[in-house]
Amino acid sequence: MYGIVGYGSYVPRYRIKAESIANQWGADAEAYKRGLLLEEKTVPGPDEDTITISVTAARYALQRAGIDPREIGACYIGSESHPYAVKPSGTIVIDALGCGPECHVADFEFACKAGSEAMFVAYSHVKSGEMKYALGIGADTSQGAPGDALEYTASAGGTAYIMGADRVAAEILHTYSFCSDTPDFWRREGEFYPRHAGRFTGEPAYFHHVVNATKGILAKSGMEPKDFRFAVFHMPNGKFPLRAGKLTGFKPEQLEQGWVVNLMGNTYSGSSPTGLAACLDVAKPDDHILITSFGSGAASDSFIIRATDRLPEIQKLAPATRDQLADRRIHLDYGKYVAYRGKIRMNVT
Amino acid sequence: MRDVAVIGVGLTKFGDLWETPLRDLFAEATLACVKDADIDKKQIQSAYIGCMTSGLFVAQEHLASILCDYAGLNPIGATRVESACASGGAAFRAAYLEVASGASDFVLAGGVEKMNDGADATYCLATAADQEYEVYHGVTFPGLYAMIAHAHMHRYGTTAEQLAAVAVKNHRNGAKNPYAQFPMEISIDTVLKSVRVAEPLGLMDCSPVTDGAGAALLCPVEVAKDLGRPFVKIIGSGHATDSIALHDRADLAAIPVVGRAARRAYEQAGVGSKDIDFCEVHDCFTIAEIVCTEELGFFERGHGGPSAADGLTALDGQIPINTSGGLKSKGHPVGATGIAQIAEVFWQLTGQAGERQLKKSPRLGMAQNMGGSGGSSTVHILEVVS
Repeated sequence: MYGIVGYGSYVPRYRIKAESIANQWGADAEAYKRGLLLEEKTVPGPDEDTITISVTAARYALQRAGIDPREIGACYIGSESHPYAVKPSGTIVIDALGCGPECHVADFEFACKAGSEAMFVAYSHVKSGEMKYALGIGADTSQGAPGDALEYTASAGGTAYIMGADRVAAEILHTYSFCSDTPDFWRREGEFYPRHAGRFTGEPAYFHHVVNATKGILAKSGMEPKDFRFAVFHMPNGKFPLRAGKLTGFKPEQLEQGWVVNLMGNTYSGSSPTGLAACLDVAKPDDHILITSFGSGAASDSFIIRATDRLPEIQKLAPATRDQLADRRIHLDYGKYVAYRGKIRMNVT
Repeated sequence: MRDVAVIGVGLTKFGDLWETPLRDLFAEATLACVKDADIDKKQIQSAYIGCMTSGLFVAQEHLASILCDYAGLNPIGATRVESACASGGAAFRAAYLEVASGASDFVLAGGVEKMNDGADATYCLATAADQEYEVYHGVTFPGLYAMIAHAHMHRYGTTAEQLAAVAVKNHRNGAKNPYAQFPMEISIDTVLKSVRVAEPLGLMDCSPVTDGAGAALLCPVEVAKDLGRPFVKIIGSGHATDSIALHDRADLAAIPVVGRAARRAYEQAGVGSKDIDFCEVHDCFTIAEIVCTEELGFFERGHGGPSAADGLTALDGQIPINTSGGLKSKGHPVGATGIAQIAEVFWQLTGQAGERQLKKSPRLGMAQNMGGSGGSSTVHILEVVS
């Protein structure tokens, strides 16, 4: 049996409401909230970045796994907001966690799919017997240009998964990837904000890949939507995952628990991994969960996961995702938001 | 001048056609048209192709040659015609005049635009406004039509609900059109609550950005009679220009170029507005349909709004407007729109309009195409030939 030994999400305390962003730009907040099915989003604090988010999420994962961090043979961090263009995030993370130095480390990038990519490779390592445990993280302090529709969704947070062959709390039964050259969203070297191709990011990009990956893994596994208690689809906004669920035969009640986007926003690489964590927080033994990520460019990774008897034992060992979403929220005005996000040009000392 | 017939039409589906390049759009519409007319493609002697700005949208100029090459029309003479959003109507008129003059017997009038290929559509379209006096100051087409709407509301008391009634009616018709980009019905409330684009116009007052192409085949009526297939006769062709810039016009609540083009078409056809059974009108924005129906003489000035709200322009109304769904629901691939209007008139007159077919067999149909905020317009009147 191979799968998730421990997991942990980190949700920043800071939030900004759609109204605050709309008010800044003279836009209609209600129309955006209706169109995106989103109330507010998370904002990283001034001393938070992909590395700090990864460390906290991974510490929670270690708390649940109950293993010696030195047994972790690989650490992969998927993000499109690594603080350094050259120099890995992962080295800081493994030192902070007490892993290594005998640890394979790499930073992954694949738009919003980088997190599931890290999970995929970490899982493959332990399944192959190459190492006992491997850590895969999806974390982001997502970028969205001021005034762009993305500004209402691009948020911060992340989730870490420790994969292993023993102490498995959620078995990974099947994996599947669906990938093509579909450039719907990009940020070139040196550009501060990503660009997107409007409606092109819908049907040919998100829905084509998410639906085909989901149908592909269902066909591979011989399972049907009714066999699952939960399903999680990448959440660039509130509407897309609900429609993806409808298109692939899932009911709204199967999506509800993992649909964290209305309060969290789109955490890019952390999005669907965090939705999965919210499901693992409440899943019971033998519950099946389907997760399909999406990354622009474009591809989807799908996993079919089954909760084991160990899952209830570890659920309370670290903060639950939805508790973090609900608790200790500090709402920022737009001025503080742009200051915290580093959008104000300062003198460099 | 010889009498001229339309003997076949063809359209692509309108929409976000991500996987279909510009040249394929034109080829698809052309081949559908040739099939509809049931002639040998080799009989086509000449082509006029409306396209507003393929250079900006997809970086392709020298358009007529490349399109005819891929449609298998080489080595005919072919010309790209540009008159902003009236490019299709202007191409149709050029084709009409070539056949009427006796220079050619079979001439293709085409229109195409590929707008969803990464270019900034608002910027590309704004090149049809006055760059020095309008665009440099930041105005775009929604802004220009919003000014027209404000003027119309101020002068005549036209309301936002009346504007919304245009969108609701066109979507009701478009829901019956298999070629339409947005074939769904909407409510007045949806329009009124849609995201504001330029007050008083919301998103649902605006036509969409669309990929698509259309083609129509023209030949002399005397030749058409021998083909043994349904055809329609072009009995009026009006064309006019005006200042591009709104501030150069005497009345912001009017679009006089439409009235001028219509008068020329009516005069040639020997008919008046009361003789027209239905009309495809250039509803790039809801206010445009209201003003144009006044300019075309269907309603008195200031009555366009109440008439739309009262259902006079519905499928079963006094003068059905935009039975196809119009630009609003069917979509607005700018260079193709004028030809798509002709296609709808052809289908209605020959009883091929499917679910949206007018109940009372129409005899005279009209197509009004417009460039920019009224810098150019064409008006064509077509008559069914039994």
